[in-house]
Amino acid sequence: MKLMKYFPLVALLTLPSTGFAQEIADTTPQMADIGYILTTFMFLVTGVLVFWMAAGFTMLEAGLVRQKNTTMQLMKNMALFSMASIMYYLVGYNLMYPGDGWSVSGVLGAFLPTTLEPVGLADTETDLTYASVGADFFFQLMFCAATASIVSGTLAERIKLVPFLIFTLVLTSLIYPIQASWKWGGGFLAPGDGSVTDFLDFAGSTVVHSTGGWAALAGALILGPRLGKYKDGRTNAMPGANLPLATLGTFILWMGWFGFNGGSQLYMDTAGNVADISRIMANTNLAAAGGAVAALIMTQILYKKPDLTMVLNGALAGLVSITAEPLTPGLGVATLIGGIGGVIVVFAVPMLDRLKIDDVVGAIPVHLFCGIWGTLAVVLTNPDATIGAQIKGIVVVGVFVFGVSLVLWMILKAVMGIRVSEEDEMRGLDIAELGMEAYPEFVQG
Amino acid sequence: MCRKGKIVKLIIATIKPFKLEDVREALTLVGVRGMMVSEIKGFGSQSGHTEIYRGAEYAVNFVPKAKLEIVVPDAMADQVVEAIAKTARTAKIGDGKIFVLDVESAVRVRTGETDDDAL
Repeated sequence: MKLMKYFPLVALLTLPSTGFAQEIADTTPQMADIGYILTTFMFLVTGVLVFWMAAGFTMLEAGLVRQKNTTMQLMKNMALFSMASIMYYLVGYNLMYPGDGWSVSGVLGAFLPTTLEPVGLADTETDLTYASVGADFFFQLMFCAATASIVSGTLAERIKLVPFLIFTLVLTSLIYPIQASWKWGGGFLAPGDGSVTDFLDFAGSTVVHSTGGWAALAGALILGPRLGKYKDGRTNAMPGANLPLATLGTFILWMGWFGFNGGSQLYMDTAGNVADISRIMANTNLAAAGGAVAALIMTQILYKKPDLTMVLNGALAGLVSITAEPLTPGLGVATLIGGIGGVIVVFAVPMLDRLKIDDVVGAIPVHLFCGIWGTLAVVLTNPDATIGAQIKGIVVVGVFVFGVSLVLWMILKAVMGIRVSEEDEMRGLDIAELGMEAYPEFVQG
Repeated sequence: MCRKGKIVKLIIATIKPFKLEDVREALTLVGVRGMMVSEIKGFGSQSGHTEIYRGAEYAVNFVPKAKLEIVVPDAMADQVVEAIAKTARTAKIGDGKIFVLDVESAVRVRTGETDDDAL
């Protein structure tokens, strides 16, 4: 049928081209290269999708804070992503993937900036069984930046910009890469020969999401709640200024997650691998859907009216929950895993308020609590996982990230203060810290 | 006694926002050539209620309203009040209120005309 029309062209390309040898160089990829090319390409595409999650977080946060603090969230997200990129290049990547160059074997990686392969892979003996260093670096960088953005939402509306950026600098250059090296970099949490555990975390429910969540929790405890949030035993609502942005942000995150989980398959060189990626994306989608619907039903039951912001959180909760194991579950189980994540956040948000922990966007319930749930849920569908190993991974990462973050926030508070003055908090960070309104009401001219 | 002040009246009316277009039309028929409209929040006997945001109850004490400020010659004032009242009425609480005030003086910025000529 239609394919037949291409037959002459295909024949021309595949028949021995003796008559053409002198005129056209043969650029047909070697069979050995094809897997490398496809996997590298896959990383670039999925890396771009994960990058897009930065826009998602930014819009979600911009929509859930009050108008007077919007520009600050935008600034924080632009800055943290850029800083994460630079710090990951300068030190993070090799700290996370030292290969043979561990400073302390299995615990502390290499302190070196990243160097990519030379242009055109000239004069190199490239390992063609994987992907280019550039693609690997590019893809992993996005995960580092994603972790940093989790912290920004929780601490909104009362944190000073500079100490936040300093924390981000340490998080992206040291905290994240070090704990990630233990699992993904072949350190002491990685499964395999001589490994201590069989801790499984496919795309980072613990390594990325819980890490961000722990850092956010530590910050929220040291920073304190917003003025007027908890008064006389009541929790006061502070509704977000732009729900369309918040919703758009959530959809963007959902879309980016296809890359986040899909790319974590790490290979697209065989039929089996690419079929797995399709499985992962389908599961990822259903987990988000399950989480959103669960939150919709739960808020309807609890509050008589469904809460859009909880449905948004629910979708993200589903996504975080499936992130530890998006491959092995069937579609139904993936939906349920996401659904349970959605239920968790609906209860976790008011629970944090009762504990007087002020999390503006619900990042702690979504990323920390569901990160833990997602990591535990691996044992439901992956026979190689054990509950003991999962708990061990959760605890080790948790103690490290929470502990170091807590100390760092305390140091920053003591040295420079991390919170704006009461007057500035009332005026709004946009004017106080940045001198720039997000929605200027009286425009000149 | 200065009689000039009584020549021009300021009519302040609060109405339900969805009634704004109907009121504007009715006022145009009466002969009103200009008005100022603001979006306000307020309450009277129409009390507030509570809503829930992320599990926290909050009181919605203020209800959105539209506020009209219309400056007209004294002769037109009663017609304007009647037009607003008739058009904006829904017979449910929260329909709003109308107040009539004296204007001390008025100026048309473009030409410098005053009082009645400014309208």
